[in-house]
Amino acid sequence: MKNQKKSIVPTLLIGISVVFFVVMLVLPLVIVLYRSLKDGLALYVKAITAPNTLSALRVTLIAASIAVLVNTFFGLCAAWLITKFEFRGRQVLSTLIDIPFSISPVIAGLAFIMTFGRMGWATPFIDWINSTFGTDIALVFSVPGVVLATIFVTFPFISRELIPVMQAQGNAEEEAAAMMGAKGFTIFRKVTFPHIRWTLLYGIILCAARAIGEFGAVYAVSKTRGQTFTLTLEVDALYMAGGADSITQAFAVSSLLVIIAVAILLIKQVVEYRAKRTEEA
Amino acid sequence: MKSTHTKRKQRSVIPGRGLTMGVTITMLSLLILIPLASILTYSFRLSFSEFIELITRQNVVRAFRTSISCALIAALINSVFGLILAWVLVRYDFPGERLMDAMIELPFALPTAVAGITLSKMYSDKGLIGQFFAKYDISISYTKIGLTIALVFIGIPFVVRALQPVIEKLPPSLEESSAMLGASRSYTFRRVILPELTPALLTGFGLALARGIGEYGSVIYISGNSEKNGTQVVSYVIMQKLNSGSADYEGAAAIALVLLIISFLLLFFINMVQLAAGRRAS
Repeated sequence: MKNQKKSIVPTLLIGISVVFFVVMLVLPLVIVLYRSLKDGLALYVKAITAPNTLSALRVTLIAASIAVLVNTFFGLCAAWLITKFEFRGRQVLSTLIDIPFSISPVIAGLAFIMTFGRMGWATPFIDWINSTFGTDIALVFSVPGVVLATIFVTFPFISRELIPVMQAQGNAEEEAAAMMGAKGFTIFRKVTFPHIRWTLLYGIILCAARAIGEFGAVYAVSKTRGQTFTLTLEVDALYMAGGADSITQAFAVSSLLVIIAVAILLIKQVVEYRAKRTEEA
Repeated sequence: MKSTHTKRKQRSVIPGRGLTMGVTITMLSLLILIPLASILTYSFRLSFSEFIELITRQNVVRAFRTSISCALIAALINSVFGLILAWVLVRYDFPGERLMDAMIELPFALPTAVAGITLSKMYSDKGLIGQFFAKYDISISYTKIGLTIALVFIGIPFVVRALQPVIEKLPPSLEESSAMLGASRSYTFRRVILPELTPALLTGFGLALARGIGEYGSVIYISGNSEKNGTQVVSYVIMQKLNSGSADYEGAAAIALVLLIISFLLLFFINMVQLAAGRRAS
């Protein structure tokens, strides 16, 4: 029988993994940073302080924060419904919630254009609201459209994290609290929340990451650079302009997104570690 | 164990059923289902023969072929490397392991457009990696090879994250006892380990495939989007129809509908695999 300890298999597997990891995941990061600083710090600063970039940063932050708020509220409600009660169609409901996960983001954008766009069936209704109340609501090719598309693609992120954890937790504690006469929100705040807070935070981080990085869906519903563009759309516009300077600027704006992405991964590690510790405790 | 409890259909004592039901269904309908249904109603404006004509146009068929074949190859590559990475991360200790574990999810956190422009520069004929291949007259960026590489990048975390928890639960004693009984390494892998991992591997494969078929941001820069070379993906063709001077909404809706059906089939497949795995476990 071969001696397991002296086998070269582990070394080989680790070697393959490290090479794959460095080439596929580390090199691209290095390249973004290198390319963004290639033509000097002055151009870098110019790129990230350009009015278009700042406007894009603002739109990105607005869309991501609203998406996180809406999806947190939805995620908590949906997770409560799915884990605390038995009802017919529960499985179907949880599959429907996961839809945005597996469809092309371009389809999300298209769906909003076809609902609220020039030829969309909801457009007469919006027009009626605008003419009656003197408002000026435009749901596509505007910031609200960007927000809607962002909510769509990140919709299941939080409920998906909460459901398995709440399921594993069981309902005994909540039932006991209810028997003793606690009200719904008190039960949630005092009994459920302490168990799920790290998971919730984890879901919020994933949701924020995806919201900040969304491209295909917002690309379809956002057309005005400097007004409704998000950071990723600004990167696209700069890159597609094609000049050498412009491409360097695209990488400079990208480097901001890389920093955000790496920060998110770091926070996620910390949260995961904390979640594991509370689980053990 | 719990089934007797549910069979009695006793209403739960926990409050909030009506409220959360209302909120969940209203938000799901307004934000997801109704907008998606718009695509359906739009494609119903077409007659059946028009619909067929639109989706069997040469560029559309080619785009579907490109998206599906490249996503399939990428998902297969990811299944192999994802299995190795997940195994290494769970079973071996080495310096940098935690960093690697954290960074596996970079493709989830990094915006696809950023990944797209970076990969396309990295693999271009003058790029850091592309230049080595250019010496042998192999272009990567702006070909299907580049497109597939982008999909490998996007898909890798799906496979690794699907496998890790399952490998963690697999006791090392399983391999040890198999080896004690005289099985070779490859036999142990094929007959003892792989069957245990198959449901998770299929789930990861399916998720990576679903993501790859609909992918847009990371692909459009590196693929070159040339109709002649067959490097247009389905999402690109839909977007092109939306952005062309006379926006062709019906055409976009028809293609999107086919893409949606493919996604639903994959989602269904993944759910079946998980259901079967769950049943086997219990």
